[in-house]
Amino acid sequence: MHGFWRWIAEKWVLLLGFVLLAYLFVPIAVVMLLSFNQPASRNTTYVLDFATFDFTWNNWTDMCGAAGICDSLMRSIYVGLSATLIATILGTLISFALVRYRFIGRGSTNTLIFLPMATPEIVMGTSLLTLFIGLQIPMGFLTILIAHVMFCISFVVVTVKARLAGLDPRLQEAAMDLYATPWQAFRLVILPLVLPGIVAAALLAFSLSFDDFIITNFVTGTSDYTTFPMFIWGSNLRGIPPQVNAIATAMFLISFAFVIAGQLRTRRRSARRAATS
Amino acid sequence: MAALLPTASGTPAAATEIPVEPPAGMRRRRWIPYALLAPGLLWLAVFFVYPVFQLVMASLWDPSGSVETGYTFTWQFSNYADAWEMFHVQFLRSLWYALITTVVCVLLGYPLAYAIAIKGGRWKNLMLVGVIAPFFTSYLVRTYSWKAILSDSGPVVDFLKWAHLLGPDGRLLATEFAVIAGLVYNFLPFMVLPLYASLDKLDTRLLEAARDLYHGPVRSFFRVTLPLSMPGVIAGTLLTFIPAAGDYVNAQLLGGPNTQMIGSVIQSRFLVVNDYPIASALSVMLMVTILVLVTVYVSTAGTEEVV
Repeated sequence: MHGFWRWIAEKWVLLLGFVLLAYLFVPIAVVMLLSFNQPASRNTTYVLDFATFDFTWNNWTDMCGAAGICDSLMRSIYVGLSATLIATILGTLISFALVRYRFIGRGSTNTLIFLPMATPEIVMGTSLLTLFIGLQIPMGFLTILIAHVMFCISFVVVTVKARLAGLDPRLQEAAMDLYATPWQAFRLVILPLVLPGIVAAALLAFSLSFDDFIITNFVTGTSDYTTFPMFIWGSNLRGIPPQVNAIATAMFLISFAFVIAGQLRTRRRSARRAATS
Repeated sequence: MAALLPTASGTPAAATEIPVEPPAGMRRRRWIPYALLAPGLLWLAVFFVYPVFQLVMASLWDPSGSVETGYTFTWQFSNYADAWEMFHVQFLRSLWYALITTVVCVLLGYPLAYAIAIKGGRWKNLMLVGVIAPFFTSYLVRTYSWKAILSDSGPVVDFLKWAHLLGPDGRLLATEFAVIAGLVYNFLPFMVLPLYASLDKLDTRLLEAARDLYHGPVRSFFRVTLPLSMPGVIAGTLLTFIPAAGDYVNAQLLGGPNTQMIGSVIQSRFLVVNDYPIASALSVMLMVTILVLVTVYVSTAGTEEVV
C-alpha cells in the first residue's frame, strides 16, 4: 500500500496527462460508436442514447449511400490537394527567402505572414466574400481554392522555416567547397535535409484545407461546389446521414495509421543510426 | 573572393578563414530573395490585405442599397453605431466566452503539456499524437459528437439527474455550459502545442536547481517553470482566444438563442439577410477589438516577463 501511494506521488502528473488525453478522445470514440448505430430518423443521428441504440453495419457497407456525400468528399480531397500543392510551393519559397537571405522588408514580410494566423477566420471569410462580390467573381471551386491557399501559406512558412532555421548554413558552403554549383548544393544537400519540414507543412496544409468550414462557408456562395464540411453543415436542416460517422471514423483511422507509421519509421531510423555510430 | 575558395593545395589555415555568411554567389544576386517572396506575398496581398481593405470600405457603404441595386460608398459611420446598438450583447458575450474558454484551456492544457514535456519520457511522441488526434476527424463532426454526448437523453445528463445536480427537466444543450465546453474541447490542442514547445525546451537542470533553492515543488513551479514557459502561455492564449471569439459553429450546434455569438450574427447577416454594410461593420469591429486586445496583452505580458 505504501508503494502504491509513492507510485501515485511520483506519477500523478503523468496520470493526469493521460486522463486529459482520454478527454480529448471521448468525442472521437462517440463518433466511432455512432457509426454502428441506425438512428430512427436522420434527426437523431447525433443522439447518444443506449436505450435506443440499434446496431448496424450499414453505414460502413453503404458509405456512399446518402446522396451527394461521396461527391462532397472527393471535392474536399481535390480542393485539399490543389491548395496544398500551391501553398506548399509558395510558402517554401518564402521561408527560404526569410531564412537564407538578408534583405530590406524582412520585418514587414514576417508581419504579413503572421497576420492571417492572428485574424479570426470569420473576418477572412467575410472580407473575401466582399472582394468576390465587388469584383463579381462567380463563387465555386476557384474562390474556394483561392481562400484555402491564402490561409495555408502562413502555416507552411512557419513549419518550413522552423526546419530550415535548424540547418547549419555551413552545409551549403561545404557542398560548394566540394565544387557543387549553388543549384547542385541546393538539390543534393539542402533540399533532402529540408524535405521532412516541407512534407510536414504539406500535411498540415492538407488537413487545414480539407477540414475548413468557416471560410469555405463564405466563399461557396450559392454554387453547388459542396465540400465535405459544407455537406455536413448543409444537411443540418434535413438531418445528417449516419454515413458521416463512418466516413469520419475512417478518416480518423487512416490519419492515425499514417502518423503512427511515420513515428515508427523515424524511431527505427534513429535506432539504426544509434547502432551504427 | 578567390582566396576564400579552397584550391587543390588548400592549407588548413585557408579553411579556417571562411566566414560564416552566405556564399559569394548568393550574396551577389540581391534580387533572388524578392523573386522567392513575390508569388506568395502577392497572393497574400491580393487575397488577404486587399479584401480586408474592401471589408472596411463595405462597412461604410450606404445600408439602403442591396445586392441587386448595388451599394454606394458614403462614409456611413452610423453603420457602426447601428451595429453596436443591435448586437452589442452578442459581441460582448463572444469576448466573454472566448475569455472563459482561454482560461479553462490554460488550466487543462498546462498540466497536459507539462506531463508530456517533463514527465512524458518514452510516452512523449505517443502523447503528442494524442493531442493532435482530434484533428484527424472533421471539426463539425467533433462538435456534433458533443451534441450527442450532452443531448437530453445522453449519459452526461442522465448522470447529472441521477446525482440531483440537474433538475428533472434540466438540460445541458442550448446552455452556456455546452457552448463553452465545445469551444474548450475544440481549441485545447492549440493551447497544448505551443505550451509543450516551450516546456520541452526547458533545461531540467534548472528545475532541479530551483528545487534546491526554493525548497518545494510549488514555489519552484511558480518562480521558475511558469515564468520560463510564458512565451508558450502567450502563444497558446492567442491561438485559443482569437479563433474562439470568432467561432460560430459551437454556438450554432450546441447553443440556443440565448447563447448566440457574434460569429453567428455576422454569418447570418452576410449569408441569410444579405445586409452587407452592417455585417461588414461587425466584422471590422471584431477584427479591431481583437487586434487591440492582442497588442495590449502581448505588450503587458512581455514586460512582466522582463521584470
